[in-house]
This record gives sequence, structure tokens and C-alpha cells, in this order.
Amino acid sequence: MGNVVFAIIFYALVVMVLVSAVAAAFLRNIVMAAFALFFTLLGMAGFYVLLGADFLAITQVVVYVGGILILLLFGVLLTHRSIETLELETRGTYVLGIFGGLLVYGVLHYFLFSVSWPTPLMKPLEPTTAAIGQLLLSKYLLPFEVSSVTLLIALIGAAYLVRRRDT
Amino acid sequence: MITLHHYLVVAALLFTIGIVCVISRRNAIGILIGIELILNAANLNLIAFSRYFEVGLEGQVFAIFVIILAACEAAIALAILISLFASFGTIDVDAAQRMKR
Amino acid sequence: MLQAYFPVFLLLLFGVGFAVFTMLLSHFIGKKKPTPVKLSPYECGIKPIGTARIQFFVKFYLIALLFLLFDMETIFILIWAVAFHDKSIQVFALIEMVVFITILLVGYAYVWRKGALKWR
Repeated sequence: MGNVVFAIIFYALVVMVLVSAVAAAFLRNIVMAAFALFFTLLGMAGFYVLLGADFLAITQVVVYVGGILILLLFGVLLTHRSIETLELETRGTYVLGIFGGLLVYGVLHYFLFSVSWPTPLMKPLEPTTAAIGQLLLSKYLLPFEVSSVTLLIALIGAAYLVRRRDT
Repeated sequence: MITLHHYLVVAALLFTIGIVCVISRRNAIGILIGIELILNAANLNLIAFSRYFEVGLEGQVFAIFVIILAACEAAIALAILISLFASFGTIDVDAAQRMKR
Repeated sequence: MLQAYFPVFLLLLFGVGFAVFTMLLSHFIGKKKPTPVKLSPYECGIKPIGTARIQFFVKFYLIALLFLLFDMETIFILIWAVAFHDKSIQVFALIEMVVFITILLVGYAYVWRKGALKWR
């Protein structure tokens, strides 16, 4: 019973993520594509919940959905004169893209189905936030501090790039 | 029974869609959307491995750093796009091949 | 443990359901007598100038950028605060967090000094 419910939730999330990802990749209107990406990111948070990564699910919602997607939409609003000029893709670019995608997926498919993946260990699901915090303050202390420096550099760089030209 | 293999197939499909998006878009923001899809596929792989393997939480810690770098990348990329738009008047990546206008 | 997410699921269902329900309700119950004046975009009562698809100011992007920075800080402070229960690392963890926040405040100070937070 539990397994069946789990499988139903999993496949519902698969449909949601893949359909909205295809929409994000192929919709010619870039604003619609960004909104399709919203559903992809939300579905990914659902996967993280199913995988027992509760903290990652929260991070996904807060940073990706609340931050990066908003930034993307701001980017759309800042860089267009009219909606029509944003639809730049032609049939030729899509054919090229699908060809490249098939090539990549062929390689991935070969590895996915030729390697015998080990049978799953069913580790008990437990809250991960405290354990991740412990790891960040002990083993991954340096990456933790360096990530703050990276954020600082990204912020200053981005603020410098978009500064007003006359000041 | 949902196994590791299921998650890997989903991640591979998502990665492929991201690649198709990156190649076929000419709008620079569309390319950024494709990159976000690819990064999410990588994150799904990392977390699935950390769930089903005996590696503990390392995969999840790594995924957090991936998300942080994705945020930095989005911020910088959009800043570059905005200054590209300021000097070229378009964000068509094919139009921005010249060094100056 | 997945059962613990059931309230979250209910909240999601209720939130989406409420929005969809009220929109459908007003769509089916409300009377529609459109006139050109009613259909024009609302701009505080004055006549609309140009289209709604204007180009935004770059200033908004800087605000969003700062928002993303503090979003990140929230995530880190959250895990740090949960791990803080461990008595053996408390002093060390406090110093680390002060260093972390100080580094991020440098970026905030830079943007502030550049006058990005002033509306002109």
C-alpha cells in the first residue's frame, strides 16, 4: 500500500517535471518558458522530499523558485522592447538542438542500461538539517567560507556590470 | 518499487532536455533556462546517490554548493545580458559576435 | 517520515484550490458587460500612456540581486542554527558565522556605497 502511493506520487512528479521542462525548452515566448521552469523546479523539490532530503527541498524552493527564477523574470523584463523580438528561434535551431540532444541521450542511455546499478540500501529516512550543519561546520568548513567569498564576488561583479554608465 | 535507476533515468531525460534547450535557443535567457535544467538534473543525481549509497550526506552537501553556484551564475549571467542589451539592443546571441558595435 | 509531509500537501492543495475556486466562481457567477473603457488597463484613473510592456529600470535588478544574497544567507543561518545545539562546537561555530556574515556584509556595503539603494 505504502509502496503504491509512493510510486503514484513519483510518477505524478515525473510527468510534472518532464512536461514542464519540455515546455520550458520549446515555448517560443520566453515569459511562458520561465513560468514553465517554475513547475519544473517545484517538481524537483518534490523529488528531494521523496529522497528524504528535506533541507534540500526547502533550499530548492527558497533559492531557486524564490530567487533565481525571480532574477530570470527580471532579466526578461529588463532586456526586451516588445515580446515579438524575443522569439528568435527558428525551425533550423530546433532541429539542430534535437539532434544534439539525441546524441547526448544515446550516450547516457548506454551507460544507464549497461551498468548494473547496485540494489538499493533502504536507509531510514530522518531529518537531515542538523547533520548537514555539522558537516558544514567541520569537514566542509573551507568550502562553506569560500562559498561566501564566491557570493560576494558574484554580487560585486554583477553590481559593477549593471552600473549606470554615466556615474 | 522505485529504485535508484528510476531517478537516474529521470535525471538523464532532464539533462537531455536542458542540452536541447541550450543548443536550440538563440535568446540568451532561454539558454540560461537550459543551464538551470542541466544543473537540476545533476542535483537530482547527487541526491539520489546520497540516498541509495553508503556515502552518507556528502551528496546533499555537494548539492547545496551546486545551488549556491547556480545562484552566482544566474546573477552574473543576467548582469552580462543586461550590459549586452545596453550595447547591442538585443539579446540574440548570434547578433553579439562583433567586438563592438 | 513521508507521512509528516501530509499537512504540507494539504496546505498546498488548499492554497491552489482556494485560488482556482474563487476565480472560477467569479467567472461563472459574475455578470460580464464589457465596454472599451472597462477593458482598458487600470492606471489610477488617468488615461493609459503607451503599452504595459515598457522596459524596466536596472535598479530593480540590483534590488533582486541583494534579495538573492540575503536568501543565501538565510539558508546558511538556518542550518547553522540547527547545528548550534551541539555544545562542543558552539564558540567555534559562532566565530565561523561572524566571519561568514562579515564577508557578505562587504558586498552589501559596496552596493550601498555605490548608491544603488537610493531612489533618484
